[in-house]
Amino acid sequence: MRLELHEVHVSDIQWGERTEVVDHVLRVNREEAAAALAGEDRFASVRLDLARPGESVRIIPVKDVVEPRVKLKGGRGYFPGFFAPPETAGEGVTLVLKGAAVVTCGPIVAFQEGFIDMSGTGADYTPFSKTNNLVLTVEPVEGLGKHAYEEALRLAGLKLALYLAEACREAKPDEIRVFEKGSITEENEKYPDLPRILYICMAITQGLLHDTFLYAADMKTVLPTLLHPNEVLDGALVSGNCVSACDKNTTYHHVNNPVVEALYRRHGKDLNFLGVVPTVEDVRLAGKERASSMNAALAKNLGAHGVIVTEEGYGNPDTDLCLNAKKCENLGIRTVVISDEAAGTDGASQSLADATPEMSAFVSSGNVNEMIEVPPMQTVLGHPEAIANLSGGAAESLRPDGSMFVELQAVIGSTCELGFSRIGCEWI
Amino acid sequence: MTREIEKAAGIPVVQIATIVPIMLTVGSNRIVPGVAIPHPVGDPAKGPEADKKVRRELLLKALEAMTTPISEQTLFERK
Amino acid sequence: MSKMTIRVVHYINQFYAGLGGEEAANALPESRKGAVGPGVQLQTIFGGKAEIVGTVICGDGTYGERTEEARAECTRLIEGFRPDLLVAGPAFNAGRYGFACGDICSTVGKVLGILTVTALYPENPGVELFAKNTVIVQASDSARGMKAALEGLARVGLKLASGEPLGPARLEGTISRGIRKNFFFEKNGAERAVEMLLDKIAGRPFRTEYEMPVFKRIPPAPPIKDLGKATIALVCSGGIVPKGNPDHIRVSSAETYGRYNISELYDLTPETYESIHGGYDRVWANQDPDVVLPVDVMRELEREGVIGKLYDWIYTTTGTGTAVAHAERFGREIGAQLKEAGVDGVILTST
Repeated sequence: MRLELHEVHVSDIQWGERTEVVDHVLRVNREEAAAALAGEDRFASVRLDLARPGESVRIIPVKDVVEPRVKLKGGRGYFPGFFAPPETAGEGVTLVLKGAAVVTCGPIVAFQEGFIDMSGTGADYTPFSKTNNLVLTVEPVEGLGKHAYEEALRLAGLKLALYLAEACREAKPDEIRVFEKGSITEENEKYPDLPRILYICMAITQGLLHDTFLYAADMKTVLPTLLHPNEVLDGALVSGNCVSACDKNTTYHHVNNPVVEALYRRHGKDLNFLGVVPTVEDVRLAGKERASSMNAALAKNLGAHGVIVTEEGYGNPDTDLCLNAKKCENLGIRTVVISDEAAGTDGASQSLADATPEMSAFVSSGNVNEMIEVPPMQTVLGHPEAIANLSGGAAESLRPDGSMFVELQAVIGSTCELGFSRIGCEWI
Repeated sequence: MTREIEKAAGIPVVQIATIVPIMLTVGSNRIVPGVAIPHPVGDPAKGPEADKKVRRELLLKALEAMTTPISEQTLFERK
Repeated sequence: MSKMTIRVVHYINQFYAGLGGEEAANALPESRKGAVGPGVQLQTIFGGKAEIVGTVICGDGTYGERTEEARAECTRLIEGFRPDLLVAGPAFNAGRYGFACGDICSTVGKVLGILTVTALYPENPGVELFAKNTVIVQASDSARGMKAALEGLARVGLKLASGEPLGPARLEGTISRGIRKNFFFEKNGAERAVEMLLDKIAGRPFRTEYEMPVFKRIPPAPPIKDLGKATIALVCSGGIVPKGNPDHIRVSSAETYGRYNISELYDLTPETYESIHGGYDRVWANQDPDVVLPVDVMRELEREGVIGKLYDWIYTTTGTGTAVAHAERFGREIGAQLKEAGVDGVILTST
């Protein structure tokens, strides 16, 4: 399977006559972009804004972040099952507007969604302070249920990202990245002596507003399955998740999954990358046991020597993490996990809700409870009063001058457990 | 929390929750596995009668746990 | 501070001041100008960056036996030098000296608000007592490690005095205070994970970034003998609160709990109670809070005489992202109140 990512580098975003990329500037026709969402009758109003790196802008509350992409060859549209046929992703050519992002905004659950600061301390902790963002804020029609609101906003974000990429499909790529890997049998023959590595990617699947989609299928009803890494990098996974701003995997994170990229880079050199198993975080213990057993069995049957397990969220998913690590290790498969920590605002608390000795190789993606102080921003996009209800925020978090003193967990992507950023905890 | 209440009050504390490994980890002594995270003592999707029946069974199981002498962490499972 | 030389006071015991060993352990606090004993070498290591303006000396026996007096007098003497930084020891594995170093650092830090650093062997009892209140450089168990300990004290002391934040304990050579802190690593988490996995598979040494904690256990409380006469309390960490969340309990990372009277309630309804928990789908709990906090069936069991009485008060909080230290405190406080109220048993529901 061969995937070419044709990356057009975007270093600025501006309103323009037509939507196009000129000299690395993404110009957006505001009316046309809004019209791309016209078919959605669940919105009372739609508002588009721009937010650039370094600007004094706060975006709150953020639901999802989506990278603008479209298939050029080997398919059409993007996000199979949503805006492309539900067929295998990961083959052909995909256009990527690298450095641009669509940020969707809306107080769906009143809490749990976080914020993005484009400058100041808060900007250091989120990857989306470095992207040129088209911010979509919507008001739902009166009486719209939260679940319908979530779905409408999720689809709107995907649609808007696709619209941007589609409009720029003639743009000349600045960089072409190729991801190519044969079937497991072929690669095993090529690299008989390299350790075979499987990646188990846990996703929040805990009910409406806490969901992840695989080829548009609600993952909580999906049993663990094997994907070619290209499928993940080409839009098979979509976030429908409103919880835990700091460690939710946005749709942007999924298509740029750093574990997939890191394993790919070393494929054929230090290791043989078998593939990716997206798996659930069930709300029932039996579901956790079933999924972890199937994950370990898949790893065993594929002849894996090692697995990397990444978590999404914290709390009860710590148990899924433990079970996955334990069952793989018990089958003789070496395991490393990536997880964040809830060590308290003072850092003195125990970090995990659950632990097991098999989790002996742990990569930390930071303490979600650590307090940070963020300065006031000149412009606030979205709903500033939402901070009072954010996870990790409290009514007193928002000060009269607009500065905030909040837990890191209110910052989107700050402790992403895919190991997206360089943050991690140490003992002091 | 369970462990500290039991320690401070010197009375049996039965915990009903869904994720048994966490209860074992945090040191709860009397454990009754619940139904699901969003509804540990009920099963509302099955209708009001079944919901209440499950709740009653779980609570009776918890009361049984409370009156049972134990020497280590013990699981009391609803049949 | 960078323009001026950093003013340092050095605290040492009678032995390192040259007054004698055990026979001089009752030496009273005194101060001398400039560096004394190991302070002379410490001054050399500081070079021109810091000056030991004075040395405060106290016998270990005096400090250990008449702590309050010694502490007050040493603090007064230290204050007299108007220092920016207090360096104490190194005390290696000497118990009483380690106690004195830790105690004077804690006190001076608190009372005078200046920076402090000492150096101890990890098993020195002073570590457990004072690690939270002062910075402790890791020293060897005896004076054979003097040079390394002084170098560590100088390096960490200068860093503190210049306002530079300390890095991870393992890199600073300090003893961890048991605190987790965020840092930016050189590589992202995914790269670190792949490297760690390749090391683990190959049997090479690797460093986990979080050692699995050891969880606490307590012996089980004795059972209730006569359930029909027992008062049972309901406690809940599933975020079920009176509608409107009157006590503003946080939706996650709770730092408080609520106590509510249910003596008039026979069933929780969406009109009276709701879930504010930030960690699960609250659809079911908001339709009928009893699926998380089972007041309705407990009332039935009370009426049927299965239990003597359902306790009039419920305790409730949200258990998502809640620091263990807070949860333990909730437990201690609730436990004490339930004991006081004569409650015989508790059912605690969690989501």
